[in-house]
Amino acid sequence: MSCAQTIADYAFRAIGYGERLLPRSDFTLCQQFTLIGSGMIWNIYFGVLALLGGFVLATALALGKASGNPLLRKPAEWFVFVFRGSPLFIQFFFAYFLFLSLKGVSPVFDPLTSAVWGALIVLFLNTAAYSAEIFHGALQSIPKGDTEAADAYGLSGWSRFRRVVWPTMLRLGWPAYTNEAIFLFHATTLVFFAGFPARQQRGDALYYANYFADKTFNPFIPYPILAGYFILLTLAVIGCFGLVNRRLNRHLPQEARRGIRYRPQLLR
Amino acid sequence: MNLYYAVGVVLLLLAVTAPAALLFGYGGAMAARSRIAPLRWFGKGYTAIVRGVPDIAFFLFFVIALDQGFEYLRHQVLCPDWEEPIRQGNDFVVCQAAKLPLNSAPQWQHETYGFMLAVLTFAIVFGAFAANVLYGAMRAVPKAQLETAEAYGMTQRQVTRRVLVPQMWVYALPGLSNLWMVLIKATPLLFLLGVEDIVYWARELGGTKTPRFTDYPHGDWRMWYFLALLVFYLAFTKVSEVVLSRVMARLNRGQATAAGEAQRKAAA
Repeated sequence: MSCAQTIADYAFRAIGYGERLLPRSDFTLCQQFTLIGSGMIWNIYFGVLALLGGFVLATALALGKASGNPLLRKPAEWFVFVFRGSPLFIQFFFAYFLFLSLKGVSPVFDPLTSAVWGALIVLFLNTAAYSAEIFHGALQSIPKGDTEAADAYGLSGWSRFRRVVWPTMLRLGWPAYTNEAIFLFHATTLVFFAGFPARQQRGDALYYANYFADKTFNPFIPYPILAGYFILLTLAVIGCFGLVNRRLNRHLPQEARRGIRYRPQLLR
Repeated sequence: MNLYYAVGVVLLLLAVTAPAALLFGYGGAMAARSRIAPLRWFGKGYTAIVRGVPDIAFFLFFVIALDQGFEYLRHQVLCPDWEEPIRQGNDFVVCQAAKLPLNSAPQWQHETYGFMLAVLTFAIVFGAFAANVLYGAMRAVPKAQLETAEAYGMTQRQVTRRVLVPQMWVYALPGLSNLWMVLIKATPLLFLLGVEDIVYWARELGGTKTPRFTDYPHGDWRMWYFLALLVFYLAFTKVSEVVLSRVMARLNRGQATAAGEAQRKAAA
């Protein structure tokens, strides 16, 4: 089987198109590259959607955490503590079994037991908590002069938030948020190892890499391939976030701009 | 009963891994600071590679890779007259005497071996993160203190031992405490490495029990078991936070940092 044929068969295997059977013997490098790459579709799907949703919730949580009203502050603090203080792995397990028992209550919850929705929700809540902590820190370090200037201009309420507080918060928090995004993508590899079933062997990149390593007893090929894909993904994330960072900082003089430094905050 | 035993395993893992990772980290940081170029490249490369790739991939990779590495070494030493290649297609074959642990070994040796592999893997991965933290901390020690030590006629080695290492902790502790939190949260990944840890037992014990096999039949309780684990980890994180902030307060005493200064003023 030629490599082009393999790509045609397996490029979208992870979302259920193409050949049904995974290769069982005589694994070629081409097969490993194609299948693991196909699995990356899931990693990108989880990462991008969770980030987009998490961003909105994180902003709300950060504001809640900084609010003077304990009715808003306490729930936000607890939410952040629960999701940051416990392992993501356990959160996945707990959520999966929770969704399983909800399924018994009503068929409305049916889709939640699949990775597509269930895992996405967990990742969404998790990244919201981590990003909220970052944005909260940024909110605390907004220069006093900025808000005072806003007051002096007669801005208040929504327009003050929209024009001064929010952009400054994003600008200050952005480097840390970039790292959060990178690690969220890394965390997506946990999904299929934590309860959520890979139906018809539609898994993510690590799922396939693990499949090959199990079948060939040779970890030295699939895992480096996976690592290569993730390094590419990381570079892409840094690139995209770098563009946003440029836009957020575009009003500043050239030398005052801060680049994004890759400062990993590890896994969760 | 097994669940309590598994909690012990997790605590043991933390107790063993933390110093081991610190040791790896210290070695890595010293290597990265070294004057000898290859050693420096090794130190920097070690931290860069481990940080760029999802940690779960590393956990899965190292356990097989280390296992095969050990067996390969023993194979070379113990069975010099073995003719066939070690990788036969999809199989990894070493002679009987090189198997680790020996096939005839009792069960507890197999378990301990698996545990040791897990500890080593954790130490390698977290060592890289610790190396990064310690490297930064060593550079943060005020130059003047090191120069003073040199002016007193200390050799390079004495400066390192008497000034650099004692002084770096106050700068390293925020990073290290973050690392400790992450290490706590990484322990459920033991489950992926084949150690029968709390995740394993929560799944086993929580699963539906029918009256035929047990005296205490119950439905699917896995959700509650994982909820308990979640709470366990949250409590553990909280306790660590409190303890670490005490340690930090102790370390700050008399230091030329903002926190040390604040302490001095509060006392005066």
